[in-house]
This record gives sequence, structure tokens and C-alpha cells, in this order.
Amino acid sequence: MKLDIKIPIGLLFTIFGLILSVYGLATGSDAEIYAKSLGYNINLYIGLFMFVFGVFMLILSRKTLKEIK
Amino acid sequence: MPNLLTLGWIDYVIIMIYFMFVIGIGWALKRYMSSSKAFLEAGRSLPAWVTGLAFISANLGALEVIGMSASGAQYGMATTHFYWIGAIPAMIFLGLFMMPFYYGSKARSVPEYLKLRFDEKTRGLNAIAFALMTVLASGISMYALAALMEKLLQWPFDVSVLVSAGIVLAYTYLGGLSSAIYNEVLQFFIIVIGLFPLVFLSLKDAGGWAGMSDTLSEVAVGKGFQPGAWTTMWSHSGSATSNPMGVEWFGILMGLGFVLSFGYWCTNFLVVQRAMAANSMNAARKTPLIGALPKIFIPFLVIVPGMAAMALASKGTLSLELMPNGSPNYNSVITSMLSHYYPSGILGLGLTALLASFMSGMAGNVSAFNTVWTYDIYQSYIKPRQNDNHYLKVGQIATIFGVVLSIGAAYLAKQFGNIMDFLQMIFSMVNAPLFAVLFLGMFWKRATGNAAFWGLLVGIGCALLHHGLTIPAGADPSAIIKGGWISVAHTYPSSMAQNFWTAIIAWTSATIFTVGLTFLTKQLKSNEDLKGLVYSLTPRLIDKDDKWYNRPVVLAVIVGIITLILSIIFW
Repeated sequence: MKLDIKIPIGLLFTIFGLILSVYGLATGSDAEIYAKSLGYNINLYIGLFMFVFGVFMLILSRKTLKEIK
Repeated sequence: MPNLLTLGWIDYVIIMIYFMFVIGIGWALKRYMSSSKAFLEAGRSLPAWVTGLAFISANLGALEVIGMSASGAQYGMATTHFYWIGAIPAMIFLGLFMMPFYYGSKARSVPEYLKLRFDEKTRGLNAIAFALMTVLASGISMYALAALMEKLLQWPFDVSVLVSAGIVLAYTYLGGLSSAIYNEVLQFFIIVIGLFPLVFLSLKDAGGWAGMSDTLSEVAVGKGFQPGAWTTMWSHSGSATSNPMGVEWFGILMGLGFVLSFGYWCTNFLVVQRAMAANSMNAARKTPLIGALPKIFIPFLVIVPGMAAMALASKGTLSLELMPNGSPNYNSVITSMLSHYYPSGILGLGLTALLASFMSGMAGNVSAFNTVWTYDIYQSYIKPRQNDNHYLKVGQIATIFGVVLSIGAAYLAKQFGNIMDFLQMIFSMVNAPLFAVLFLGMFWKRATGNAAFWGLLVGIGCALLHHGLTIPAGADPSAIIKGGWISVAHTYPSSMAQNFWTAIIAWTSATIFTVGLTFLTKQLKSNEDLKGLVYSLTPRLIDKDDKWYNRPVVLAVIVGIITLILSIIFW
């Protein structure tokens, strides 16, 4: 097995998740921005979900690595 | 200018990070590119879930995302026919019955299978037709993307074309098919997460499924259809005039469900190549089946937002962009919705999803093009018997060459506005006869090479003839591309109906001719030659060694049952 695709997926989702949830937290008080998304702080929710998914992928890739060893 | 978007810094950051990752994957895979097999076939080393997701992602191009959301608005739930009847059965058939021959024959491409099974000229014909088709397809999707970005963000057309082509070139040149496939998997996840909030927000805004259905029945009645015409699939398919798609159940079943879908999924090397890169026969057979699982649910991601947009537009919540002639521009549905619902931040992600869908489609075309060019055209006709390093170089150069040709095709598409119809037409003319010939080749050992070659040509010829004699309602025969350039013998209710029937006629004539000519020509291949290429001469695959849940058949049954249940729910 060469490059494990779970690593780039996990990394990208973790980074996107962090960026979006931090941005969501920082802008969360601004109701005007989120009027577009029907009042949901969509950045925070999607950011958190992406972060969790990203970390999950990274954990899976660690597991695959151990199995190979 | 309506629906103009302004991006915040955060959106640019997200898009830039994505670009870096995409190229980074190519960079990380570069050191494994030591042979033409590694570069053009991904070393046949990938697990089934990777090739399966790539299989579906390569098909989930920008044209699909834009086109299916447009059709969702225009035709409603009936658009799902392109998935549940127009893709899933063919994908199951490919995995269970055709993959054993594609993968087991050790052919490196679909044209090469044709050479092994039939003869050199059949391969040549298919290789050239396929190379032209892929370049056109990737050029047209590049044009669609650049035109969208120009309208939406005022990015200059040339810049969009060159930057997006440059990035696709960088990662396919560096890491070949592996890089294309790995990126397709990444792109799959990005497309899903980037579009999902749109589904949620638009449905919520339209009053949930029930609220949307109510509004859509008013829309349907307003356009002279039964109330359920926008929210059901089969209920109103009794005649072509009772549904907005303008096609009746027979056309759907035979044209879309059989000829067009089997013609696309079972013969198009763009998708079949993903399955051929799998690490075992079992994985190769499971590739289209694993791809089918997400494919079943993609309508909810792309068609439902289109339907919601139609409902919201009729309530006046959302304004659809109008074309110069005053009718709504359905192709801008997805971007109108992005600009309506996405605040900065998630907007960057949504645009990244669009860019990702574009890249997965284009990289798919480019990586299929360079393989067919290198193995089926260059190695066969231009310079055979060179060492492998030579073909690796040729493959890499073909990648550049393919991207440059695609850029040319993008500008050609810019010249002729309705080139998308042209692509659909070419697809139904080339793929349908090819499916006829491949099917006969795989399941009838008597079928001969000469018959296959002429069957293919006659199929394409009859499709052309049909196109020249018919026209969709309201089209101008002098526009040639719509049909009727010989004379108008029949008028179809929609261009979709015309397209379905072109494919049906192409397939039928190719089948009749191949069968007929087979009886008049001699089989030049011995049974020994055809071992592993034809059903009756290939030892049955036994997957007893695998646990029951690892068997392709089990997966196929699960996919079939889910599709059936959903079809009944949305009947």
C-alpha cells in the first residue's frame, strides 16, 4: 500500500472543519450574515461535522498503519 | 446583474487550501510513477472502496451537478430516472457480468478488449471515437465551469479555463491515474459536504417535503399537467404529453434504462478504467456496486435542490435568472441557490464543491484519454515495440496534449452555444452501438470481428440518419445540430425523447447487423483465443473462498432492493 487516501481526506476535513467552526464562532453574533442561511450558524455546524469526520478518518488511517505493521 | 457573488477572504482561503491539497496528492504520488502500468493503470493496486468512490465521482462532473439540478427544476422528480433506472441496473450488470471479462482479459482498456475479442480495426474505430469524445466532454465541462465563474464571480473566462486546466494537468501529470482516482475520492466527499447544506436550507425554506410538493403541484397544474407531475417518477409516464419530460414509459425504460444507460456505464472507458485499476477480480467487480450505493442517493443532493428552487421561485422567495428570451435559465439554478443561501465561509466550501466536481470530471476524461492514446493508438499504430519507459513518457506527454486539446474544445464550445446537445447526440450515437457489439462479443462466442466492425459503423450511420430525419418540437431544422437536416419526417415532443430514440435505433441496428453479418462471415478466432473473453468459454468464477458478505452478488442484491424501495416510495 502506498499513500493512504484517508490521510489527505482526514487532513483536509480537519483543517476545513477548524477554519469553518472558528469563523462560525467569531461571526456567530452577527445575525445579518446568517439571515441568508435562515438563521442557522451554518459555518459552525458544518465546520464541527467536518472536523469530527476528518479526525475520524485520521484515526482510521492510524489503524490501517498498525495493521500493516 | 442578479445573483452576483462577492467572496470574502475566508472563501478564498478555503479554495486555495483545496487547490494545494489536490496538487499535493499528485506530488506525493509522483515517486511511484516508475512504469506505464503505474501511470496509466494505477498499478492495478487499489482497494474496492477507493475505486468505487472514484467510479462514481468521475461521473459526478460539473455538467452533472449543473445539469441535474436544472432538470430537477424543469422536470421534477422524474429526473431521478437518470439514476434509479438509468444507472443502477447497468452498474449492477457491469459489476456482476461484464467486469469478469474486462478485468480477467488483462486488457488495459476497452478498445484493447475489442482487439482481443474481435480485431484490430474494431479497436481502431472505437479508440479514435473515444479519444475524440473524451476531449470534447472535458472541453465542454471546462467551458461550462468558466462561463459560470465569469457570470457569478466575474472571473475572466480565460483565467478560469487556464487555472482550472493547469491544476488538473498538474496533478494528473504528476501522479497519473492513481492521482486522478485519489483526488476523485477526496472530491466525492467535498461535493457531498459542500452541497448538503443547500439541500437542507432550500427544503426547509420551501416548507419541507410536504410544503414543496404542495407548491410544485400548483406549478404543475399551472403548466397544464396533473398535480403530481413534478413529484412522482412513474405515475404520469403513461403518455409523452402527460409529464414535463415529454417521454413515455417505454422510451424511459428502453431508451434511458436500457440502451443509453448500458451504453454509458458498461462501455465508457472513463468509468470502466476505475474498476480496472482495482487490486483483485473481487474488488473490480465490487467497484461499480460500491459506486452504486452513493449513486442511489445523489438525486437527493442535486435534483431535490432543483425542485426546491422551482417551488421557491413560484412562491417568489427566490428569483431565477432569466434568459434573453424571458424563460428561466435553469442551468443557473445551483449557483443562484448558492448565492441565496450561503454566507461567507460555507460559500467557499460550496464553490470548492463545484470546482471539485468539475475537476473530477475533467481528470477522469484526461486520464482515460492518455491511456487510450498511449496503448490503443500510439503503441498500436505509431510506434510499437518500444521499451516501457518510452510509453511512460508518451503517457505523460499525452496528458499535456489531452489538456491542451480540451482547452481548444472549451473555446470551440464558447463559439457554439448549444454544444452540450451536440455532446449528448454524439454519446447516444457512439455508445449505443458499442454496447450492442460488446454485449454480443461477451455472451456469444460466434460473433465475428468483421461483423462487429460493420455493426458499429452501421449503428452509428443509422443513428445519424434518424437524427437527420427527426426534430424536437419547436426546433429550427436549419440549426443542423438539433436534427432534421435531411428532411423532417417526425417531430418529437422534446429533445430528450429524440435522443432516447436515436440511441434505441443505433443499438437495434447495430445488433441486427452484427448478428446478421456474423452468419455470413467466418470466425477467425479459435476457442482457445477467446478463453477469458467470452462467457461460455470462461471458467465460472467461484467466490466460495470469500465470506458471504464479501461477495459481489450480495452487494448487488442490497443495491437492487434499496433502489426498488425508493422507486416505490416516489412512484
